[in-house]
Amino acid sequence: MSVAPEAAISLRGVHKSFGRTQIIRGVDLDIPRGQRHALIGPNGAGKTTLFNLISGRFAVTSGTIALNGRPIDGLAPHEINRLGLSRSFQITSIFPRLTVFENVRCGLLWARGYRYSFWHLLGGQRALNEEAERLIERLNLQGRRNVPAGLLSYAEQRALEIGITVAGGADVILLDEPTAGMSHSETEYAVALIRQVSEGKTLLMVEHDMSVVFGLADVITVLVYGEVIASDAPTRIRSNKAVQEAYLGSEAA
Amino acid sequence: MSTDATQRAAQGAALAPNGYVGFARRYWLWLAGIAAALLVPWLFFDWGTHRHSGFVLTMLSEIGLMSVFALSFNMQMGQAGLLSFGHAILFGLGGYVTAHTLNAIKAGSMWLPTELVPLAGGVGGLIFGAAFGYVATKQRATAFAMITMGLGELVAACALMFMGFFGGEGGISTDRVIDTSLFGIPYSSSWQVYCLVVAWTAIAAILMRLQTQTPLGRMANACRDNFERAQFVGYDPRMVRFYQFALSGFFAGIGGALYVLVYEIVTFDTVAAAKSATALLATYIGGAGTFFGPVLGTIVVVLLQSGVSLLSNAWLLYVGVLFIIMVMYAPGGMMGIVAQHAPIARIGRLGELVVPYVRLLAPGLLAVLGFVLLVELASFITIGAAQGKDFKIGRVVIDPHAALPWVAAAAALLGAGLWLRLESRLFRIRWDALIADAKAKGAML
Repeated sequence: MSVAPEAAISLRGVHKSFGRTQIIRGVDLDIPRGQRHALIGPNGAGKTTLFNLISGRFAVTSGTIALNGRPIDGLAPHEINRLGLSRSFQITSIFPRLTVFENVRCGLLWARGYRYSFWHLLGGQRALNEEAERLIERLNLQGRRNVPAGLLSYAEQRALEIGITVAGGADVILLDEPTAGMSHSETEYAVALIRQVSEGKTLLMVEHDMSVVFGLADVITVLVYGEVIASDAPTRIRSNKAVQEAYLGSEAA
Repeated sequence: MSTDATQRAAQGAALAPNGYVGFARRYWLWLAGIAAALLVPWLFFDWGTHRHSGFVLTMLSEIGLMSVFALSFNMQMGQAGLLSFGHAILFGLGGYVTAHTLNAIKAGSMWLPTELVPLAGGVGGLIFGAAFGYVATKQRATAFAMITMGLGELVAACALMFMGFFGGEGGISTDRVIDTSLFGIPYSSSWQVYCLVVAWTAIAAILMRLQTQTPLGRMANACRDNFERAQFVGYDPRMVRFYQFALSGFFAGIGGALYVLVYEIVTFDTVAAAKSATALLATYIGGAGTFFGPVLGTIVVVLLQSGVSLLSNAWLLYVGVLFIIMVMYAPGGMMGIVAQHAPIARIGRLGELVVPYVRLLAPGLLAVLGFVLLVELASFITIGAAQGKDFKIGRVVIDPHAALPWVAAAAALLGAGLWLRLESRLFRIRWDALIADAKAKGAML
């Protein structure tokens, strides 16, 4: 059960059952630092469950998960986040009644050491506010700065969620279907944004849009029925027999 | 409106006020509030006897201390999304601590300037807030509400069991004239105490306002909106709830301390469920979504309590009905209603609502009249008769056992109700048209 020290995320023998239903059935996976890694697979393969296990939303049934060589299974989500892992959600998860600016700033607070302070006035925290403003510009949301996040368009909300996710500067980022439900042009924009904000970081993303996957990922892992059937460079995944069967089963047969 | 406020808060330093004009422009509502608090008593000043009206001063003091209490309630309710059914325990326990502190100062066993006595209540509220908060904030939403309800009943029961601290049914009496004032003020008159209440209400309100702009205050909003997201930016929602609860206890305790300074007694009903309900009613009627909503709601509730209770036995019923109507038709409270007009004001068409509102006024007033008449008739059959009072409107004595007043009242209520429905439909059409125009002009935010 050795853990590769250079891996940002390392899974060993991870199982997850809900009642009698096994969702994740023994996953081993190493994601080296700085890699852009895509997790694909048919519906119900357990991709989102795996995300929830890594980010601490669910506890593993058995197996270990390590972040930068440090075991994190059993830790609460906020503890895992403080160790440098941040995630987005498949269903948009933002702070709907707060403005875009406040959303982004909330993403920064803990990482900048403000903790539970009730003695700092946020208006006077110049460095913090400027950082939030810069990030809003990178998200191209500066025109919507003071709009409550709940009133943004869907694509804007997705961009904002990516912003909240990367705001704290976590070096491992998990994105769960960041382009789901987007139009073609919105997707293109989102891909450019993801590429930019994940620069120099470890990225793990679940994605259904294959053009996004092949455009962004250095390595693709294919999950089918809770098991990894392939993990390789995009070109080799494309020609992998097992993957083709899993995806195009009926047509190939 | 609220967007403006957040924007202003966010830009804080960048929008530094330039001199007195800028300061006055930024904080006009605060300045107007403090000015009104200090000027209104003089309207009721009796220049013949050179005395303030005791009734008015007591009522205004009640508005002040209950505003602090309601604002502290809203630190949990509006800011953190935590509905507490036992908030009065922090208010009342702050009051008990204050009463014991005053008695200790009077007895010479400790020293604290009179002006700082409210801090004793605040510290008491903070300590009890931390203790009860530790239990209650383990949960959120409905479970939190249930725990606070249980804690409320627990403390109310204790108040009658532990004579030493709570003084049983008689409560703890105290004397605020302790001769430790920093400014040599004896605090023997209502006016002197009232000034102290105004000062502490302002201090507590300003501190609570500032707290909304701190990392904890913002994360309380964030956890209210989406606690899971808050976890994934590094915050433990439970700790956010805990600190917010404890701080809210501090301010509730200050409210309780002011109560003791005004009334010089603290009894078991300061911790009872009815007191908790008052904060809840005031907050909902005024609007939980804005900072000043609870203050506005407190003014309404206290005016009903002090003013209407002189005229009617049924004041609590009116508060209850008002509460139900607000929750049903204006969940944003009175401040919410004001805020809904902002987009129409922004496109400069607010004037077009004057006539529709006036048209609503007539059936509305008639419906209120009919309803009040029905309630009063019912109350005069039972309570009024027991008190041996006659139901008089002006000089006309009305017999609650006759049929005519009942029929007239019911007819007024029913007729006005139908009329109101008709008018409100017309109002709705005009309203929707204006909102559509505001939307088209991009003035909705």
